[in-house]
Amino acid sequence: MADALVEMREIVKTYPGVVALDAVDFTLRAGEIHALVGENGAGKSTLIRILTGAERPDRGRLLLNGREIHARSPAEAQRLGVAAVYQEINLAPDLSIAENLLLGREPRSRFGWIQWGEMRRRARQIVRSMGLEADVSAPLRDCSIALRQMIAVARAVDQRARVLVLDEPTSSLDAAETGRLFDLMRRLRAAGLGIVFITHFLEQVYAVSDRITVLRGGRCVGSHAARDLPRLALVSAMLGKAASAVAAERASTRRADCGGAARLVAKRVFRRRSIQPFDLTLRAGEVVGLAGLLGSGRTEMARLLFGVETRDGGTISINGAAMHRHSPRRSIRAGVALAPEDRRAAGLVPRLSVRDNILLALHASRGWLRRLPRRDQVALAEQFVRSLSIATPDLRRPVAQLSGGNQQKVILARWLLMEPTILLLDEPTRGIDIGAKEQVESLVADLRVRGMAIVFISGELEEVVRVSSRVVVLRDRAVVGELEGAAITAGSIMERIAGPAEGGGHA
Amino acid sequence: MRANLTRHWPLLATGVVLLALYIGAAIAFPGFRTWFQFTRLFSDNATLGLAAVGMTFVILSGGIDLSVGAVIACASMMLALLAGELAWPLWLAAPAVLAAGAAFGAGMGGLIHIFRLPPFLVTLAGMFLARGTALLLSPHKRIELGSHDSVRSLSLLHVADFTLAALIFLAAVTLSALALRWMRWGRTVYAIGSDESAARLMGLAVAPTRIGVYALSGLCAAAGGIVHVIGTQAGDASIAFLLELDAIAAVVIGGTVLAGGRGSVLGTLLGVLILAIITTIPGYVSDLDSWWTRLIIGALLLLFVSLQRVSQHWREE
Amino acid sequence: MREIGRHLLWPLAALAILLAFNALRDPAFFHLRLVEGRLTGAMIDILNQGAPVLLLALGMTLVIGTGGIDLSVGAVMAVAGAVAADLLHSGASTATALAAAVGAGLAAGLWNGSLIALVGLSPIVATLILMVAGRGIAQLVSNGEIIDIAPDAAILAIGRGTVLGLPFPVLIALGAAAALAGVARLTSLGLFIECVGGNEQASRYAGLAVRSIRLAAYALMGVLAAIAGLIDAADIAAADANNCGLYLELDSILAVVIGGAALTGGRFSIAGSLLGAIIIQTISTSILRADFGGRSVPVELNLIIKATFVLALCLVQSSEWRRWRPLRRSAAA
Repeated sequence: MADALVEMREIVKTYPGVVALDAVDFTLRAGEIHALVGENGAGKSTLIRILTGAERPDRGRLLLNGREIHARSPAEAQRLGVAAVYQEINLAPDLSIAENLLLGREPRSRFGWIQWGEMRRRARQIVRSMGLEADVSAPLRDCSIALRQMIAVARAVDQRARVLVLDEPTSSLDAAETGRLFDLMRRLRAAGLGIVFITHFLEQVYAVSDRITVLRGGRCVGSHAARDLPRLALVSAMLGKAASAVAAERASTRRADCGGAARLVAKRVFRRRSIQPFDLTLRAGEVVGLAGLLGSGRTEMARLLFGVETRDGGTISINGAAMHRHSPRRSIRAGVALAPEDRRAAGLVPRLSVRDNILLALHASRGWLRRLPRRDQVALAEQFVRSLSIATPDLRRPVAQLSGGNQQKVILARWLLMEPTILLLDEPTRGIDIGAKEQVESLVADLRVRGMAIVFISGELEEVVRVSSRVVVLRDRAVVGELEGAAITAGSIMERIAGPAEGGGHA
Repeated sequence: MRANLTRHWPLLATGVVLLALYIGAAIAFPGFRTWFQFTRLFSDNATLGLAAVGMTFVILSGGIDLSVGAVIACASMMLALLAGELAWPLWLAAPAVLAAGAAFGAGMGGLIHIFRLPPFLVTLAGMFLARGTALLLSPHKRIELGSHDSVRSLSLLHVADFTLAALIFLAAVTLSALALRWMRWGRTVYAIGSDESAARLMGLAVAPTRIGVYALSGLCAAAGGIVHVIGTQAGDASIAFLLELDAIAAVVIGGTVLAGGRGSVLGTLLGVLILAIITTIPGYVSDLDSWWTRLIIGALLLLFVSLQRVSQHWREE
Repeated sequence: MREIGRHLLWPLAALAILLAFNALRDPAFFHLRLVEGRLTGAMIDILNQGAPVLLLALGMTLVIGTGGIDLSVGAVMAVAGAVAADLLHSGASTATALAAAVGAGLAAGLWNGSLIALVGLSPIVATLILMVAGRGIAQLVSNGEIIDIAPDAAILAIGRGTVLGLPFPVLIALGAAAALAGVARLTSLGLFIECVGGNEQASRYAGLAVRSIRLAAYALMGVLAAIAGLIDAADIAAADANNCGLYLELDSILAVVIGGAALTGGRFSIAGSLLGAIIIQTISTSILRADFGGRSVPVELNLIIKATFVLALCLVQSSEWRRWRPLRRSAAA
């Protein structure tokens, strides 16, 4: 390929216990926008980190314009012409736009003084050449996130970047802002840059990309021209199931009865830049699966229902009680439990023991004075360690030392002993081994039979199909469909995730 | 214009408070209206002012330096020891003291940067080290210069009633303002305080700048100590006690954000003058005790920190 | 618990070395004598003089446990001492004076806690305000003078009295340590503090009232600082707004760090802080008593030694240091 700008050949990267990239090939041509897609753990971010010099590969070669390069830091990669703009923008918000564009190579007089007039003039030039409109002496923090994003792009381009990596640049932009960013991307493509574009939004993938590379489980599962790859094929490549096989699979019949009392009712609940208004009624004895790609709004939905984030509008009532000033404490008191997606950040207190972590919610609900007697603590913790078969040498072990699956079960134990009526499970099986996964699934089935109302979020479609009695499908931060009973198949869910433009191509 | 107004309102707020204080004092006390009293605001607070200038750099970079008061005391003792007891000429003794101050600051900066230790802890330990050293330099905790003619003649020097101390302070403000505005090093200080990892990615020299900032603070504090010796003809190990708190207060009241990245030396100058007026007023009122000044400074500090908090909240909305 | 046990090993060893050093220099170091119904001796002196630091270290343990810091404790001590002395001076009863002083400490703690937990200021900034203004408040209360406490006042017992031969400050400090250890063991407070300091987000998800816990830690710190201030005032029979509790912020933070707590929060040990405070006081007392060849060591050395100690400890605690260590070892090999 004569016009290959970047070639990554058989890149291997392992972390302790995980093969993040397993002989991945990736080619970026000059003058193309290349979407890199994949679910969590697919290896996208590792690949990008290697491309931008933040990590070194264990094996494999990285060629830029046909010459092998070994960048040891992002700064070095930048000098070689590979620049990245991340979701959390790496600019100094307190400095002016002009400085953010030019700092480090600002025009200076013979005595080393900065020439502000010249600097502003050049900054205005850059801004105009990007088709933007901005007061270059305004501090960056006064600009919209979209403009900051584009200033970061402008800085990279002005530093003669030939390769531009945009890592989820649109995740906090609204539609109009996204459109402006796309215009800029097309302009740069016309100028001959190679752009790697990472996003979770399929619409956006088809809106700007020329080619699409799909990663799954640390392997490259395909690289196609965007117009040759129908949406459904893309979704099935990401989720790892042939579309035809999926469509044929029938939903099991074990979920007939879902007519219990309404436990949780959400009406027109929304949060700006997070999720569009949705309705949801959760009944006793049903498992509602939330299906959608990463970033589709499924986690945001759970967080709103639990009151971790404040909603901008709508009403939520839990077991008949309206949640006005909603907070996790209120939700818990009303009988809700949430096992969060990010166990490390939001679930565990890593230094504390297994026992303390299991009993945390119970102690929190009892207040500081009514600590459970030690004997009861041990008995309760042991009971759940046994019933959930948590593998731990003893209860006093710091929870950080347990495996991922056992950590997840510790969090489940924490909530189950609270005897909630509503259980929100956000990716309860992510990163845990097959055996633990099956245990979690059968536990969910068990709890449902006992009358609990459960929300089950998973990126793995088969799992959602297996455990759910109803499935709500999300796309681009909005609810786009609901499936019930026999209609629940991986195929039908995928169709809804892929969206209406069935043929793919340029939307 | 409106944009400029919203951008600079913290500085404007400080200016308004300063003006109101000065006019109020001038109305209440005729003695306040004199030119001489005006210049004394600078002369009498040159040591605090110098420390505050150094502190401005540290806070702009997102750090804090609690050692400046102790460094001032230590520098005064060192200068008195070198120039007085050891009879070094002043042109040799003063640069030596300045170098020692800068080196001490650079050492703390190195620990903070390389080992990622919290600045407040390192500089708190630095405060004890410097104060302990100052006390150890003489069994009497104080060294009189005696008849050191060159220092005495310096103390009599003045331009339009501004003493040498005031002139040094004003020169430091001017140079710092220039450096912060017109030099890459100065802009790097802002960039680090604003977002360190971004500064690194922009290819800016983070390590030398961060260490340099603490070195500069040590240098300014040492200069403050020298100024004190010139004014009082003696080194004293117990001066400038908790002066770092006043310096921080002056910087914050001057509109510099404690989290770093935003602020100016001009604001610090205004902040120092506000503190100067507040501490001068009790001298004019017989029944007003001097401890009121601590309370008022604390209240002003709270006011400006809350203003910063509110404006931050408001920007985020 | 096992982890904490290992952490106690280093401070215990340090204390043992310090004591052995003293015993070698001064054979009478461990001697205790009963003089007029009062135990005397170097060990008792250490505990007696170390009581204020010990009380502060207890409170600081909780505050640091939540991931915070309190720089205002010295100033709060001064305020409490001034309040008690002033009230006694104007004829109030001992009980009123005590209650008012403790109340002042509580108010100061709540003030700090509200700025941090409710307004959202960073702990350093928030407590800096009271550090600046606190001594002004104390002087306002005492009218800028050192208020003497009448030599026959009952309140002096706090600083000078004995029970069964043991000085009262020692009993108060050890009592407070025991009470706090008991509270940490019998209630969930210790658990909650470790959770808030260890992972604030997870604590919120688990339904902990994060703000109230923060507030409680600073309030308790204020109360303990007030008691320390009372001991100091009763010891010298006067409230000195300028010098009461001077530099004790660093001493108490140092004690907590020596005791094995992480400055980032999430892990604390009452026993460790107790040991840390005793070590610090032993250093001070050792320097006071030491003499080299007939020349006494200047007391100021104390400041330098403590500062070096705190830096060395933080350095060893820092992750960067640990990252460097294997490099050195492989370089040596």
